[in-house]
Amino acid sequence: MTLQFTVSPDFAPDRLSGWYIFNTWLQKQTGEAIHLELYNDFQSQRNAIAAGKVDLIYANPFDAAMLVREHGFLPLVKAINTADEALIAVRAESGITDVAQLQPGVRVAFTSHPDVHLIGMIMLEPADLGSDNIVPVAADSYVLVAKHLLKGEAEAGIFPAQAYDNLSAMVKSQLKVLVRSQISVIHHALLAGPRLQARRAEIQALLINMNADAKAVEILKSLDFGGWEAVADEAMEFMIDLMDTLNT
Amino acid sequence: MIHDMQVEDIVGDYREASLQCYGAITRKVYYTQIETPYPDGKLIVSTSTPDGVITHVNRAFVEMSGYREEELLGAPHAILRHPDMPAAAFKDLWDTIQRGEKWQGYVKNLRKDGGFYWVKATVIPNIRGGQLASYTSVRRKPSRTKVEEAMQLYSTLS
Repeated sequence: MTLQFTVSPDFAPDRLSGWYIFNTWLQKQTGEAIHLELYNDFQSQRNAIAAGKVDLIYANPFDAAMLVREHGFLPLVKAINTADEALIAVRAESGITDVAQLQPGVRVAFTSHPDVHLIGMIMLEPADLGSDNIVPVAADSYVLVAKHLLKGEAEAGIFPAQAYDNLSAMVKSQLKVLVRSQISVIHHALLAGPRLQARRAEIQALLINMNADAKAVEILKSLDFGGWEAVADEAMEFMIDLMDTLNT
Repeated sequence: MIHDMQVEDIVGDYREASLQCYGAITRKVYYTQIETPYPDGKLIVSTSTPDGVITHVNRAFVEMSGYREEELLGAPHAILRHPDMPAAAFKDLWDTIQRGEKWQGYVKNLRKDGGFYWVKATVIPNIRGGQLASYTSVRRKPSRTKVEEAMQLYSTLS
């Protein structure tokens, strides 16, 4: 039986080869045939999960509740010292210095990445802004969010903090950050589906020990990870509950 | 266990009030008109037992409340109760979460130094193995419009 591994569609494009190399490593270590299937968007991935096709997923925290509570996935690991944070930016020359100055009808650029969108919208709430009174400007990538701002096609943009930090110095010099989240406890995680759970502890140990092997460390570097750390069931449940409080 | 507030902890001119917490328990509080702005981008997070005793707080909770973490753990959530908050708001909160539902509202919290801060609070029951295990409360920055509406409403409630 071939198992299916998938990655949250919000992964950075330059990590694509890293995920394939990681999957090859995982197959060798586990002796399992594992197919890496990458979906173009979250809805396609959710459809595959609902159809029972997915056995292992590097999941967006927004989907964790659905995976764990509806489809019986269990947490394995998360990348060490990583957290999903978001920020709101405007053009540097804009007179806006505080989110509270943004007015209803403001054009806000963002991508379809659900956790970043959720955190970003929460940071717009102090301005009494929500999905019912902003003008959404959909973008396929965070570079395009920046472009919408620079071209004056949006007044505010929602970015993942890490992606914003990785924008070129020239682009960042033309933008300014109004607010950056400091939540710390929302993160992507690798989750095992029901067919993999008999080997959960073994796979978890393999992943945590990647740091002890020089070749495996190179694979981690290709994913921009410093290593994996275990995620306990209760820690995952806590994050799911926390996401639930934010999703209202 | 909940203790009376201490005058020596208070910063600025203060007033005094006695609050009825959890029915029989009375707490003497001192409060000022000094507001601490909600920090941008942060969430204040805590977890409590089903009867409201704090079991976990994050750093933002500690910073905004003015209490040390060890003073908060084991204390009832009512340690943050401000005299301007009507009992009716907390009754609604408890009635809602005890039905197993999510509660959301605007809350004026009392700091250890007598000052206050407004939050948009969401409280959810944590169900583990089909049983109520705890409650998680997450607070985020409220809009001033909503705070002013809440102030208006709470002044009419007891």
